[in-house]
Amino acid sequence: MLVGELEKKLRPPQLDIKPYPSKVITLASGEKMVVREANREEVGVLLDTVHPLMGVAKDFYDIVAARMYAELLGWYRYRVANEFVLVGAIDGEIAGIVNSRLVDEEIGMSLHTLTVKRGLRIGAQLFASKMEHHLEILGQKEVWIVAESPIGFNRWMIEYVLEDRSHLYPNVHHELGGVPTYVLTRPLYDAVRNEKVSGQRPVDTALLATADELRPPEEYPQIPGYKRSKK
Amino acid sequence: MRKVAVTGIGHTVFGNLSEFDLVDVMAFASADALDDAGIREERGIIDQVVVANMGGGMLNHQTGIASSLVSRLKLEPAMAELVENGPASGGSAVKMGYAVIASEIADVVMVTGGEIMRGVPGWEGTDFVATLLHPEAEYSYGLTLPAFGAMFTRLYMERFGLTERDLALIAVKDHENGAKNPFAHVQVPCTIEGIHDGPDANVVNNYIAEPLRLYSMCPVSDGAASIILCAADSPKMKYFKKKGPVFITGVGSASDTHCVHEREYPLDLKAVKLSGERAFTMAGLSPKDISCAELHDAFVILEVAISEELGFFERGGYKEAVQKGKTRIDGTLPINTSGGLKSKGHPLGATGVSQVHELVKQLRGEAEKGRQVKNPKHGLAVNFGGFGNNVVTTICSKEE
Repeated sequence: MLVGELEKKLRPPQLDIKPYPSKVITLASGEKMVVREANREEVGVLLDTVHPLMGVAKDFYDIVAARMYAELLGWYRYRVANEFVLVGAIDGEIAGIVNSRLVDEEIGMSLHTLTVKRGLRIGAQLFASKMEHHLEILGQKEVWIVAESPIGFNRWMIEYVLEDRSHLYPNVHHELGGVPTYVLTRPLYDAVRNEKVSGQRPVDTALLATADELRPPEEYPQIPGYKRSKK
Repeated sequence: MRKVAVTGIGHTVFGNLSEFDLVDVMAFASADALDDAGIREERGIIDQVVVANMGGGMLNHQTGIASSLVSRLKLEPAMAELVENGPASGGSAVKMGYAVIASEIADVVMVTGGEIMRGVPGWEGTDFVATLLHPEAEYSYGLTLPAFGAMFTRLYMERFGLTERDLALIAVKDHENGAKNPFAHVQVPCTIEGIHDGPDANVVNNYIAEPLRLYSMCPVSDGAASIILCAADSPKMKYFKKKGPVFITGVGSASDTHCVHEREYPLDLKAVKLSGERAFTMAGLSPKDISCAELHDAFVILEVAISEELGFFERGGYKEAVQKGKTRIDGTLPINTSGGLKSKGHPLGATGVSQVHELVKQLRGEAEKGRQVKNPKHGLAVNFGGFGNNVVTTICSKEE
């Protein structure tokens, strides 16, 4: 497709981002969750997954879902630079989504972690996968992180013992609303890596194929009574 | 002594209810019990309300909770008291309710336990629970309940050869039951592959306080449970026509040293043993008569140790029982049919009342499909306070 001159001016420059190698995580339930990189053509099903959660105030799902929706749309329409999206799927059904972007070759900017299926620490596994991508696969030096919910603060700031750089504002500031910025450096990541990052590679071909075609969830534990097919 | 019947039961879901007021949550469970008993309109017959709560003052900045609940439910001028006995507050409140009726102070008593713990960060909740430890000899050294649970587990493992896989099997069994309990905090089943045998188990089921892992301990939960008691010989029994009563036939409690290090042998839970013996004697029953049990598994090792102290299994014998499935719903002695604290959750003040709620549900034959014990006659609950320094055992029976 030809891109017009004005559109070219609107699009951000893009770094060449190495792909994330797919993996499979055996969850506490025994279910196999394939974690793989999503591609731009899948944004439709991702938006479909995120959209119902924009009305859920509990646990700050509304703000996380609304912001992720905009970020996914921005990715699709070339309005966010260097974004990548990882998805966790169980039998093809989306269980969680994380997204992030690269500021430059060395600094990552973690955007959002959204868990659909609750009670299995899927958000924690996907967040760890996102950090794995930034620091191990892409070889970045550090990732800037903020939390929009108490759950996020416990899971990231406390469990990863993130470095608080909020006192360096405005020289160091995360893109999301001026919220205090914390940083995962490579040494901090290495210290918790073995207790945080799970998953096996390579993924069996047949198992990987179950995640070829992503499906939005039929039900949301966050929205009692919601049935997609009866929507 | 007068016979005491349980004539109504109520429960909220356990989980994160921190957006609600503590007394409102207790009122939800109480209203559920009133409906179950069929006396919502006639609730003025309640003579006494006993409330169980541990953290209202510290976590929720609320005191005078019993009076508040009475007012919320419009039960004035009923007598009302609060019982605080650490994590055994619920069991103690049931015991107080029983005693008030047995001693003819009252005919009808509502016992409601509740807690809101998730309004504070996890570390603050852990610190709050640790305030029940000895301030100079334990707390000041940084000891917490998970730390005690871990040390106890390690010693038991060394002494009796229990393995981490055995602990995981208990969690699998508890979650299997909790997944079918609509009130449970974690209604998600887990598998032995997922939490122990599989390649990612080390991360998915990470250590919290080695050797205790995430699936070796209960979640921090909010919630409430309520029961209504009536003297079996009271004319007020006529109000309770909706469902057949279940009877409290045995109540026992006991204490042990506040400091664990002062005990002769740290694996001996003397208060459990004694409270159980007292309850069995009162009921005229023995361990072999029990059809199902709710045991205080804040750490799954406690299900092991408590069941052995009570005489359900010989010392070191629980291991074989869980390996052979004897404590599952279809086993010879189903334990923690509700999911236990492990899966159902542990809102401190609510737990002891919730355990009795579950026994009544089982004895009535009202448990959900897949977790109803076949033909139960007697159920037993152990509510464990401190690190075993204050324990309450309650036995409920189908027949008077």
